[in-house]
Amino acid sequence: MLDTRYRVEIPGGINLDAQVVGPIPRTFAFAIDLAIRGVFIFILSLASLPFGSAGLGGGFFLIFLFAIEWLYPVLFEVFWRGQTPGKKAMGISVINDDLTPVTFGTSLVRNLLRTVDFLPLFYLVGLATMLSNRRFQRLGDLAAGTLVISVRETTRARPLQEIEPLAPSTSLLRTEQTSIIDFLQRSPQLSQPRQHELAKILEGITHEKGQNGVEQLHRIGAWFLGVR
Amino acid sequence: MKQHDFEEQHGDTWQRIEQALQKPAEGNNSRVLAEHYMLLCQHLAIAKERLYDASLVERLNNLVLALYRELYRYRSETRLNFYAFFRRDFPLAIYRHRYFILLSLLVFLLPGLIIGGWTYFDDEAVYSVLDAAQVRQVERMYDPEAGKIGREREADTDIFMFGFYIKNNISVAFRCFAGGLVAGIGTLLVLFFNGMFIGSVAGHLTRLDYVDTFYPFVVGHGSFELTAIVFSGAAGLRLGYAIIDPGLYSRLESLRQAGREVVPMLYGIVLMLVIAAFIEAFWSSSTLLSNEIKYSVGAVLWALVLLYALSGRRYGSR
Repeated sequence: MLDTRYRVEIPGGINLDAQVVGPIPRTFAFAIDLAIRGVFIFILSLASLPFGSAGLGGGFFLIFLFAIEWLYPVLFEVFWRGQTPGKKAMGISVINDDLTPVTFGTSLVRNLLRTVDFLPLFYLVGLATMLSNRRFQRLGDLAAGTLVISVRETTRARPLQEIEPLAPSTSLLRTEQTSIIDFLQRSPQLSQPRQHELAKILEGITHEKGQNGVEQLHRIGAWFLGVR
Repeated sequence: MKQHDFEEQHGDTWQRIEQALQKPAEGNNSRVLAEHYMLLCQHLAIAKERLYDASLVERLNNLVLALYRELYRYRSETRLNFYAFFRRDFPLAIYRHRYFILLSLLVFLLPGLIIGGWTYFDDEAVYSVLDAAQVRQVERMYDPEAGKIGREREADTDIFMFGFYIKNNISVAFRCFAGGLVAGIGTLLVLFFNGMFIGSVAGHLTRLDYVDTFYPFVVGHGSFELTAIVFSGAAGLRLGYAIIDPGLYSRLESLRQAGREVVPMLYGIVLMLVIAAFIEAFWSSSTLLSNEIKYSVGAVLWALVLLYALSGRRYGSR
């Protein structure tokens, strides 16, 4: 099954879940970082010109080039909560596989091994490795023991004040109640036809069709949530 | 308790904690963090146990995750303790990698010696390793008639060469390490070809009798640079070996352990190469210093590097 949930038991005595992130947002994040690096290199190359391309300016330019090539991801990941600017834009973050923050060591290993993930062209090895394990880890991630997870804010459901709660006509199991609540909370993420389709399954409870059925389910959901 | 009431009761607290996490500088001392963390762990456990809906569980889960990450940001690992690294971690890592270092040294040195001997005795041999342009460039760099040795004519300052060595040498070392992931093959190739390159240059220049420009130039920084390249080979081979022979572990777990073990080697390699670049740019290329001084300083540097590398033997029983 396609499940991006990654679960770790933490010292708080509970299971903590994280959503691992696949190649597509990561590719976008990389592209953004690449563009940022490109702009930086361009600016620095202009700024170093007056100091002599084979002298002082050139020397510092080469050091910066080295830093931007190898240290840019490491420094950002360690000091900016696992995020390079590209990752921040995509709402993803690098983390150790025990869900603790990346350290210098793990970040360095995963980023140096990028060289191999890049082989033979355009991250083919990295992509193949990512798709061959459940946690979307590229080779560098596997060796460093790191993951890329989603840290995007979850969208909240419509405000409950808008909904007038309605007691259901029949008694329902706790799990059934939870699915109706989930339907309410998730409805902003579902298309209207899909909502109608799902509500149709429960016509036996709501005795309503189409949008009315959906509305009815939302009201029952609010009731189960405890709104009175 | 119904979910709605639960949210009413604690919503403000969650919001406050969420806001506090946005600006970690203020008020996030570890005691407050730990309190928040324990409270939220409890709330999450309750929410899961009572089958509250997925969006609430997800919100609490993300909050606990953020607190957890904040809490563990301050582990000792994240702080770089230079003294402990210099005194303990690096020598220990060198000791633990000793067999890989030996292998790396062999793969680097043997082709170098063989090709070096060949180019020394055979005038044409150097052209089977380097192309004509490279040979001309190397000859020009160490020509005793030239004003500055060991560098391109266009490069007129030491700072430029410092930057050049940093970028070039550390990138080579990093690639040499990364190549280890391909079952060590990439590392072996990098070591082999670099050994061959250096050997052929040394052999050829000795044949041309550029001895008094070439060897005094390389003896100083060579101590740090060549040792660091061998170390980066060892770190790469450590990764490769973890994949080839994982022992009692799965290949993945074995690779992961190797990935953690090589970290001090990587720090050490970077440090050594920065020192090497410094020596190479500002000391080795100087034409004011006599060769005797360069040789003696070179000998001292080599002795220091080797003694330091061997100092990890005190961990022999581990």
